[in-house]
Amino acid sequence: MSRQSTSSRITADSKKVNSELFVLTYGTLVQQLVKDYESVEDVNKQLERIGYNIGLRVIEDFLARTNYPRCTDLRDTAEKIQAAFKMYLNATPSLSNVTADEFSLVFESTPFGEFTELPDACANLKYCNVLPGVIRGACEMVQMDVQAYVIADTLKGDNATEIRVRFIKKLHDALPAGED
Amino acid sequence: MALPPQSTSTTAPPDELPLELLHGELIFSGILLSKDKEGDINELLSKLEFIGFSTGYRLIERLLKDSTRFKDELDTIKFICKDFWVAIYKKQIDNLRTNHQGTYVLQDNCFKLLSKISATKQYLEHGPKFLAFTCGIIRGALSNLGISSVVVAEISTMPTCRFHITIQRAT
Repeated sequence: MSRQSTSSRITADSKKVNSELFVLTYGTLVQQLVKDYESVEDVNKQLERIGYNIGLRVIEDFLARTNYPRCTDLRDTAEKIQAAFKMYLNATPSLSNVTADEFSLVFESTPFGEFTELPDACANLKYCNVLPGVIRGACEMVQMDVQAYVIADTLKGDNATEIRVRFIKKLHDALPAGED
Repeated sequence: MALPPQSTSTTAPPDELPLELLHGELIFSGILLSKDKEGDINELLSKLEFIGFSTGYRLIERLLKDSTRFKDELDTIKFICKDFWVAIYKKQIDNLRTNHQGTYVLQDNCFKLLSKISATKQYLEHGPKFLAFTCGIIRGALSNLGISSVVVAEISTMPTCRFHITIQRAT
């Protein structure tokens, strides 16, 4: 058994604290947005937008850490996204309904939803709508245009939380006019 | 050709990244600002502080649910500087000073949320935005422990910063 160097009043391990700090911060943000914006639709849109911005950055960190090579097909991409969820959020989604250009990430419970209950007034709120944004942003940085959306949510009484991802097209780097 | 040495930025555990990126978005995406108040720094700071407050208030309750009471105010502040800071920022506060009359100054010589910003003066003006959330966390944590306070922060040179805690006593 390893000896603890200092006795801390905080007994939770560092992983758990990181995750709770994040979950609570996100929850407060959503609460603030619900207060600030007139419609729940706007909140969903804003969450997706910041998710997209985060995705643009998270992909860099992901590639730097993993040294994964190029994806061969969409299943390969899906598995890497699955690995990223495990790495960053310690969440373990399973893959389902994988076709040539679509797949679903299925979570047993809503990520970041462990302390959350949706009041009736927020029935249309997509609490974890930041995640589809992250996926869209991250894929865009590796030249994939995808569409991602939440189709089921345990906070709304569904059995699982499901994010559907659809591949739209491969993006090509466009050079600014006048450059070779 | 020799490759440059590996960047150290990838050594932090990956589970710290989501909060860092979310925090960055809170600051720069403008999501917290209503359309007509775009660019209002005071509104931004106050909302960041509130999000921190609410987060700190709830977090401390979960972290200390099995803990005994603190001996006194100083004991509580020391806990914030040591265990709490280690839990959320992976290091202790470097220096704590107090006038024993309800003012405490916590100095962090390499504050985590500033450590990735250029250490030159170029971005010094953006500093306060990166500290408001944490000011809120401290105030929220103390508030849940029964101490009402005002917390402000200052930066003289990146990435060193000081948090000034002023205890509000009931009169």
